Amino acid sequence: MTAKIKEFPGVGLRESDFTERKVLFTEWKPDARYAWDAGVAIGRYLAELKEGRIIGVRCHHCRRTVVPPRIFCEWCFRPMDEWVYLEDHGVVNTFSICYVQWDMERLEEPLIPAVIEIAGASKGVGILHLLGEVDPREVKIGMKVKAVWKPAAERIGAITDIRYFKPIN
Amino acid sequence: MGLRKVAVVGAGMTKFVRRAQETGKELAYEAAKMALDSCELTLDDVDGVALGTAPDAFDGVHMKGEYLSDGAGAWRKPFMRSYVGGGTGVFAPIQGWYHVASGLFDVCLVVCEEKMSSCQPHPQGAFLTIFDHTTERPLGPNLLWIFALEMNRYMQTYGLQKKDIALVSVKNKRNAADHPCALLGDPNITVEDVLKSEVLAWPVQRLDVSPVTDGAVALVLAAENVAKRITDKPVWIKGVGWSLDTAYWTNRDLYYPKYVEYAARMAYEMAGIREPRKEIHIVEPYDPFDYKELHHLEGLLLADKGEAPRLTAEGVTARTGNMPVCPSGGLLGVGNPIAAAGLMKVAEIFWQLRGEAGKRQVPGKPITGLAQAWGDLMQVGTVIILGIGG
Ligand SMILES: [Zn+2]
Repeated sequence: MTAKIKEFPGVGLRESDFTERKVLFTEWKPDARYAWDAGVAIGRYLAELKEGRIIGVRCHHCRRTVVPPRIFCEWCFRPMDEWVYLEDHGVVNTFSICYVQWDMERLEEPLIPAVIEIAGASKGVGILHLLGEVDPREVKIGMKVKAVWKPAAERIGAITDIRYFKPIN
Repeated sequence: MGLRKVAVVGAGMTKFVRRAQETGKELAYEAAKMALDSCELTLDDVDGVALGTAPDAFDGVHMKGEYLSDGAGAWRKPFMRSYVGGGTGVFAPIQGWYHVASGLFDVCLVVCEEKMSSCQPHPQGAFLTIFDHTTERPLGPNLLWIFALEMNRYMQTYGLQKKDIALVSVKNKRNAADHPCALLGDPNITVEDVLKSEVLAWPVQRLDVSPVTDGAVALVLAAENVAKRITDKPVWIKGVGWSLDTAYWTNRDLYYPKYVEYAARMAYEMAGIREPRKEIHIVEPYDPFDYKELHHLEGLLLADKGEAPRLTAEGVTARTGNMPVCPSGGLLGVGNPIAAAGLMKVAEIFWQLRGEAGKRQVPGKPITGLAQAWGDLMQVGTVIILGIGG
């Protein structure tokens, strides 16, 4: 059929058609605000972060210890059995060196997001965070890293109570 | 299972463009009308409509499915809108399939539309809300992170280089040069061009990524008795599968898409396929990024783990190779209007199996093809297998 059709519908416009108002369009900017409750499990997680600790949960059925915590095991579909304090260090599972922000504006200093496997959790279980105090060229998968906490007085019970993770020498 | 046979009997699509003058509703109409015309049906022949399109926030239109419905041919008909992230374009025809296979409808129109250009300054503003609002979004993520983290894990696991992966982008953008609707076809692109393109989020560079796109695609599905009246070249839906992994994505190893394997196994079983590498002749895996094509070929069991780059380097996946992969040009070349991009892949298999793909036609008269899509938090796999004869 594509072989038979000579002209397909669809008119492509250029950016200049908008900037120079050659086409008509309407704009709208929503005022959409939300306040998300942390919930039971993440509520405790955040409260522990405020104290400078990382906490996970353990399921006795599948014997996994996972973080971020959750009140139920999604594998076994039963309640988690216990809270478990984890270490505030771990291993880089994967990372990126990111030069753009969400609107594609360029960053002067790249961000280094990483999945960090947290010591004390089951193998391969990590959280998303950032790396810091490291030359981007030196970052490697498998690198050991440690949480750099905000001072206790500045912690509010948020994932950003950890500023970033830095390499352990 | 007591299911009826279902065929694809018609297809239509718009050009894929960076920013379309047409509204989403107009794009949906153009694709749907072309699909119906292609098999000489009218809206009166359609029993129900399955629509795939991104969430409302993306377009700033609440109940966007209902907004699009008139363009999708749904006036006074049973109408269903689904969205499973990037997997939508292959899920929508699966939804259409079960409505016909179950006996509920004889003819189902499947329409996928996406207008990504409306969201300002960038559709990522809507996308990035997929990250967990409490544990991830305060870190300032953007959607590229997902791909960069997964790509790096994949490369590290198998010791792959960027040049091994860039071959996919080159192949697909060259293939797209033969697609009349393509946004980014380029017959002369080289691996060096990809490797020299701007680094966005290492290891992801500009030419590793498919672009923001507007477009629509539609298919007409029909039950066996109707299909045989409509066409002497029905393309049967032989198998479907889909699977969703956990949203706790930092708790699983991103090097391999296990959920794609589950989806593929479900579809192979339904299609009676025991040796996919011999029985699948042509493949349209989801390729919003170049490494994803490789990742998905492995998840679909069409390449051994870590071996898809070698197949690409050896030309096995070229349009003239033993297993053509993305002969359409894929998302990397034709463009990536999310839901429409996935359905474009299904349409390509339809055209290829009927021998109607024009300059893109693969040699060797393929009789079985597979299209697959992927999305969410690296989470969902959707698979459909089409075949002629039997
Ligand atoms: Zn469990």
